[in-house]
Amino acid sequence: MTLSRRAMLGLVGAGAVGLGAGSALPLAMGSEPVDVVPFAGEHQAGITTAVQGHLHFASFDVTTTDRADLVRLLQRWTAAAERLTTGREVGNGAGGEPLAPPDDTGEAVGHGAARLTLTFGLGPSLFDERFGLAERRPAALADLPAFARDVLEPARCGGDLAVQACADDPQVAVHAVRTLSRLAAGAAAVRWAQLGFGRASTTSTSGPTPRNLFGFKDGTANLTADDDEGLREHLWAQAGDGADWMAGGSYLVARRIGMTVETWDRSSLQEQERVTGRTKAEGAPLGGSREHDEVDVAALPADSHVALAHPSAHGGARMLRRGYSYVDGADGLGHLDAGLFFLAYQRDPRRAFVPVQTALARSDAMGDYLRHTGSSLWAVPPGVRPGGWWGDTLLGHA
Amino acid sequence: MHPRLLVLPAALLALTACGAAADAGPAAAGGPVTVRATDDACELDRTDLSAGRNVFEITNDGSQVTEVYVYADGDRIVTEKENIGPGISYELTTQIPEGDYVIACKPGMVGDGIRTPISVTGEAAAADPEEAQAVEAYRAYVQGEADELVPLVQEFAAAVKAGDVAQAQALYAPSRRPWEAIEPVAESFGDLDPKVDLREADLEPGQEWTGWHRIEKALWVDGSTTGLAPVADQLVADIEDLRGRVQNADLSVASIGNGAKELLDEVATGKITGEEEAFSHTDLVDFAANVDGARTALDVLRPLVEDTALLAELDGAFDDVVAALQPYARGDGFVTYDTVDEAGRRELARVVDALGEPLSRLSAAATT
Repeated sequence: MTLSRRAMLGLVGAGAVGLGAGSALPLAMGSEPVDVVPFAGEHQAGITTAVQGHLHFASFDVTTTDRADLVRLLQRWTAAAERLTTGREVGNGAGGEPLAPPDDTGEAVGHGAARLTLTFGLGPSLFDERFGLAERRPAALADLPAFARDVLEPARCGGDLAVQACADDPQVAVHAVRTLSRLAAGAAAVRWAQLGFGRASTTSTSGPTPRNLFGFKDGTANLTADDDEGLREHLWAQAGDGADWMAGGSYLVARRIGMTVETWDRSSLQEQERVTGRTKAEGAPLGGSREHDEVDVAALPADSHVALAHPSAHGGARMLRRGYSYVDGADGLGHLDAGLFFLAYQRDPRRAFVPVQTALARSDAMGDYLRHTGSSLWAVPPGVRPGGWWGDTLLGHA
Repeated sequence: MHPRLLVLPAALLALTACGAAADAGPAAAGGPVTVRATDDACELDRTDLSAGRNVFEITNDGSQVTEVYVYADGDRIVTEKENIGPGISYELTTQIPEGDYVIACKPGMVGDGIRTPISVTGEAAAADPEEAQAVEAYRAYVQGEADELVPLVQEFAAAVKAGDVAQAQALYAPSRRPWEAIEPVAESFGDLDPKVDLREADLEPGQEWTGWHRIEKALWVDGSTTGLAPVADQLVADIEDLRGRVQNADLSVASIGNGAKELLDEVATGKITGEEEAFSHTDLVDFAANVDGARTALDVLRPLVEDTALLAELDGAFDDVVAALQPYARGDGFVTYDTVDEAGRRELARVVDALGEPLSRLSAAATT
């Protein structure tokens, strides 16, 4: 059977209705079971999901001004996402009609699902007059303020839509973003994108805490997937929070934070530990001996990173961080362009990221080694229900 | 080439023979002094201290942000720590000679504060004489630079207030040179640095912008000094304040070595990128002054370093930096950085990184 590309898109859209978390899982590479994270559910996958090894994050500008076009894009994306996260090719696969381009670009064939998650967000700029959404912008999606020492590059900031692709295989994550970008043709275009590796934090209580490019354990006090009470209090937007369409969703702050690893590597161990507020080898708070020892903020240097970021300094505010390291080549002056692509989910940035970053920007001793070059904020709606699509709680009712 | 880079501070080496009291020395007897600051009290666990290096363990148990000052006669600031948030602790270390002092906690960071007199007695414990000499030699250098800084800033401020844009532009970079040479020490007075050297990009929303870079932007972007008289006056006052505080800077062999490393970091992250002087493009003047300050740190620590291979590597690397700057020297100053092309910037970055690496080992080499 041969299908035109337009027909393929229609097929994918129709197929979406019947594909939920319970769909039979395909097998890849003969009899190897695919490592699949369920796509549908109360919350979107890719937030509390145990952090995968690789990231491809993309921000999109919506180029259409027709609301129906936007809805069709999101339905198309949802259908493709359901296939991609189960390790299947989109449309008619990488084969097909000889004289037409294949529906699937093919580079992930045989790679399995690799625990791919695709997480979808809406940026503040979408809530303007184009789609009649201005009235429905959540208060928690307030523009981030300018922070001291920000050196933001416009080409790395903002966007109307976001997709966070995480997978244990980098090619699977890249294939997913590439595919969604292709499916967006005529309705949305990539504004900026970021690759990441090395999971700079963990959302599970088992296993070692990962290290960032400064060589320090990061996210020791992170929210974890099994902390139901903490997640309810600090992560998931609730029905009474002001925007009912966001109930079960969360807000994501993504920051591209350059790390001047060269000057960091030249600072003494004592300086590195003083700046961080933790020991390098064990990751124990200064004054403690084990990583998970209670942090005594009073015992830490007042301008250390941990002391300033600690929940006790911000009315208990916590976030779920699942950032990734990046190295984007070199800076042209003999240094690596390295850093952390910081991803933090929270119930309300005005009570979590904003106060924490305000304090860090003002006083963090680590600030001498950091450069915030990219920034974006996203409303991440609740999970897709059977038959639903990304953003339907907002755009499903005209 | 900036002349100061070539001058080995001979006067300074002569000074090392004096060997006065040193911050490098062991702590004064009695252990740390705890200071518990609340909204209406400022409690010390004792008020009789021993001369020498004292550590104040300050805890803010109040609900307001506080600050703690150690004053000598006439409210001369010996040391201070601002912006201690509720629940935050801070260790304030300072060298105090014999005499009567006052500790003041200022809840809300306003007013004269809640005051407690303290008395300091005895002789400061003897430090290693070589270390003491190095520390005092470096302090003398810093003091000399601070003394030189004041009239330069006064002259610059006068041109700004007179509305003479061309003259103010000419005096701008020279007025910053001594500051850049002693920047790590100047920055150690945490309240001063943001007042005098904050860049526009470093501002917090709502924060008032003062200091050199505010004037820099007005001079080069607006071509006008309108409304800048108070900013110029404040800059002069802050720099005079700096001069008065250098004697009490908390210096040690380790901090001098780290300061040298920080000066090179300043070059590597601020000057090589052209971000420091975004409007005037006088980055190379700062660059040379940073290097000057770092080289002085090496010279005062030299007698304490046994690793002759490291010293040779550092001397060679400093010479390379000086040589790389040479083509850009014009008269007393340098060409503007916007005229330095990509290849030139890469070469400067290369020699700075080549120096930064061995310089990061100076502190450890001087203390072992």
